[in-house]
Amino acid sequence: MSAEPSSAASPLADLAQRSTEWLSVVGGFGVLFIEIARRTLRRDFDRQEFLRNLYRMGIKSMPIVTVTALFTGGIMVIQAAPIVQRYGAYGLLGWGAGFGTLREIAPLLTALMINGRVGANNTAELGTMAVTEQVDALRALAIDPVGFLVAPRFLAIVTTLFLSTIFSDALALVGAAYAGLGFLGVEPAVFYRGLTTGLLGFGDVAHGLEKSVVFGIVIGLSSCHFGLSTKGGAPGVGRSVNATVVASAAGIFVLDYLLSFALS
Amino acid sequence: MIRLEGVSKSFDRAVLREVDLVVPESCLFGLIGPGASGKSLLLRMITGLMRPDHGKVIVGGNDVLAMGDMQLHEYRKGIGMLFQNNALFDFMTVAENIAFPLRRLFHLPESEIAERVAERLSRVDLPGFEARLPAGLSGGQKKRVGVARATVTRAPIVLYDEPAAGLDPVTSQKIFDLLRAEQRAANSTVVMVSSDLDRLLTVTDRVGMMLDGRLIFVGTTDEAKNAADPRVFQFVHGNVDGPL
Repeated sequence: MSAEPSSAASPLADLAQRSTEWLSVVGGFGVLFIEIARRTLRRDFDRQEFLRNLYRMGIKSMPIVTVTALFTGGIMVIQAAPIVQRYGAYGLLGWGAGFGTLREIAPLLTALMINGRVGANNTAELGTMAVTEQVDALRALAIDPVGFLVAPRFLAIVTTLFLSTIFSDALALVGAAYAGLGFLGVEPAVFYRGLTTGLLGFGDVAHGLEKSVVFGIVIGLSSCHFGLSTKGGAPGVGRSVNATVVASAAGIFVLDYLLSFALS
Repeated sequence: MIRLEGVSKSFDRAVLREVDLVVPESCLFGLIGPGASGKSLLLRMITGLMRPDHGKVIVGGNDVLAMGDMQLHEYRKGIGMLFQNNALFDFMTVAENIAFPLRRLFHLPESEIAERVAERLSRVDLPGFEARLPAGLSGGQKKRVGVARATVTRAPIVLYDEPAAGLDPVTSQKIFDLLRAEQRAANSTVVMVSSDLDRLLTVTDRVGMMLDGRLIFVGTTDEAKNAADPRVFQFVHGNVDGPL
């Protein structure tokens, strides 16, 4: 008889604990964001670390961004090809591919690639530093870990994603133009006219870029928060990396959905 | 002088219980005790990295727990610390690791920084290691780089957490001799946690023993070796039979 209340209480207790953990993560994100914003506004962060991370995160991500963008553009054309052929709307191929690429696909896929490459790596680095007392060593040396480690990395991630999205937009359109030529025989000049006849505007580019900034904030906050809060040695680092990739990807999709409404 | 008054700390259980400790100025103080008895935690409290639940931490007449961020920042400039795992920054070379506090805290000219780094490396027997990364060093070499970083600012207080952990006996003795020589040269106040009692007790002025979060003994090194408390006597002499 006494088993019943405890089995009924157990899922509730579990739910309460999970809610508390979730709230604690969200609260941690908020506190970290305020700390980063404060140091950024005061310019109280390490510029050399920012540049070092921008190189490591940005320049070294170019190959993977390039491959992703070129194939993304190609895929957009392959998916549009049956409709374009059925209605003979070859002149609209540029608009069709450009609309989806600039507003949605390029920022989204670039963010997911940067999340996998940069976000996971950032968490692993910060997590390793946390479990090997390097973060404590910074504090003991009277150096602010947020100003030295976190803010530069956060800013580098946001900047990397913004610039990578611009790069990705351009490359995806190149990929789409040449896929159009290869699969549908649409000349790049025709594709280009489809992009520039007025159906697409700067607002569509800005729509994607605004999203990229938000995605960058999500990846930056998530990777730094989970990295710094790592405990439990190497398995703890693994758990933190996993948490970052999952939380960032989920955050990116949820915010993409909300932003698509808000910015339309 | 470092003074801890009634310091207590609990996590899921009590890890420090009403610890009262005085480390006189210019003293090399050895903190000994079985694993998980709260020794490393005490070092963290002295640096202000961890706050006790109760009690006071007074260093040089200043209440560490009452310090704000700016005061704590200034206070920590006067402390050198070697962590148990060395805590060398992986992404920096040996020279950058040692130079780090000088560059960040004291903004010295690069020529002076290079000179001090070379002097420290020569002191810890690692000349020519400037460009090496920590990942390419042996355990003993990492430890010595950690010592070089902890002492490069000539801080009046230096804390060493297991400075000889994992080292062979000869290297271990060399490290302890080096730390003693450094302490005498800088006339600094040193608190050293170590499980290598055979060597630690060759360099200490005073010794404190922790057991289950309590400080059960404080005295000179000779008093520790001849302690009336059977627990201290057993631990210091490494006897298998006894109350521990």
